[in-house]
Amino acid sequence: MEVIRQPLNGEGGGEDLRIRQVRARQLLRGELEGEDLERYVEERVLMTTLEQAQNWARANAVWPLGFGLACCAIEMITTLAGPRTDLSRFGAEVTRSSPRQADMLILSGRVSIKMAPIIRRLYDQMLEPKWVISMGACASTAGMFNNYALVQGADKFLPVDVYVPGCPPRPEALAYGVIKLQNKIKGQPDLGWRERYQSYGTEEQSA
Amino acid sequence: MPDATGLELVAAEVRDKFGDETVVGTHYYREAATLEVKPESARDVVGYLMEDAKEPYDFLASLHGCDYFPDEPRLSVHYQLLARERADRLCVKVRMGVDEAEVPTITDIFPGASFDERETYDMFGIVFTGHPDLRRILMPEDYVGYPLRRDFPMGGEPVIFTFNEGQMPRWYE
Repeated sequence: MEVIRQPLNGEGGGEDLRIRQVRARQLLRGELEGEDLERYVEERVLMTTLEQAQNWARANAVWPLGFGLACCAIEMITTLAGPRTDLSRFGAEVTRSSPRQADMLILSGRVSIKMAPIIRRLYDQMLEPKWVISMGACASTAGMFNNYALVQGADKFLPVDVYVPGCPPRPEALAYGVIKLQNKIKGQPDLGWRERYQSYGTEEQSA
Repeated sequence: MPDATGLELVAAEVRDKFGDETVVGTHYYREAATLEVKPESARDVVGYLMEDAKEPYDFLASLHGCDYFPDEPRLSVHYQLLARERADRLCVKVRMGVDEAEVPTITDIFPGASFDERETYDMFGIVFTGHPDLRRILMPEDYVGYPLRRDFPMGGEPVIFTFNEGQMPRWYE
């Protein structure tokens, strides 16, 4: 479902803001009648399925869990709350301190073997539907820490929706990952390099 | 830092106090003074240097272990002492084999050494006798092995580089 905002200044087909204000006032006073009323209602009623509306609402209010693991967490905080990439534009800035109220878990940093059961528990405590973003090289693959202490990729113990590469990723990259996740929630996953390059049938086959 | 002469003076002081066989050796290398003592007298020597020595060292800057593989004895514990007023540092070192990796705790002198000793135990398996709560501190409680020993496997997952891809024929399948 695509929501299009009309420009307010009258360019590009939109009506003048003043005219719309006057018409809204007329409707409230019950002065709008006949063809004008029908047109007014037609412009403002949106027909969709409940599922689509639900997904649209979910995608625009992915509340992340306030949970940092390592140095990527600093970058995550900047992305969530900083003025440059302000994730409240996408409805994803309300960090919740309780997993019961959160929708999205951002794995920001290295996942140690000792921390893994705790993260899994937090993930289990989150209510459905829930999503996971693996931020940075360490959470995705343990990065350069190929050793005894770290889980070699967080997807070994929980499902991950979006992987954001980088060490750490730039705030723009994480914001882009959130937008990717939103598209996935809306049912329009843009993982589309196969579509772009028309590369169906070239998948690796295990013999 | 005590210079080489100062280190010998400290060693002589410790010898006078605890006997000649206590001090195993002195090392002065790159302006860092190290006094190597026997493991069983580590606590006494550190406590003496802290309180009763002529020039006491009042602060334990660090306590850590080390594995000298393939040298023997392999394991060691280093006590980095610091005299804050004189800005003077001294390293007290004990070395012991893997089988007799035991050293008396110094938590009664420096309570802050508790976590350092737990970490050293966690990573090297050196038992600090008399420690009130000697458990693993960084690794999970049920972890097997001491990961910073040199003979401990690296862990993680094998990664293909150009230098070892020949050792794994047809790895791309």
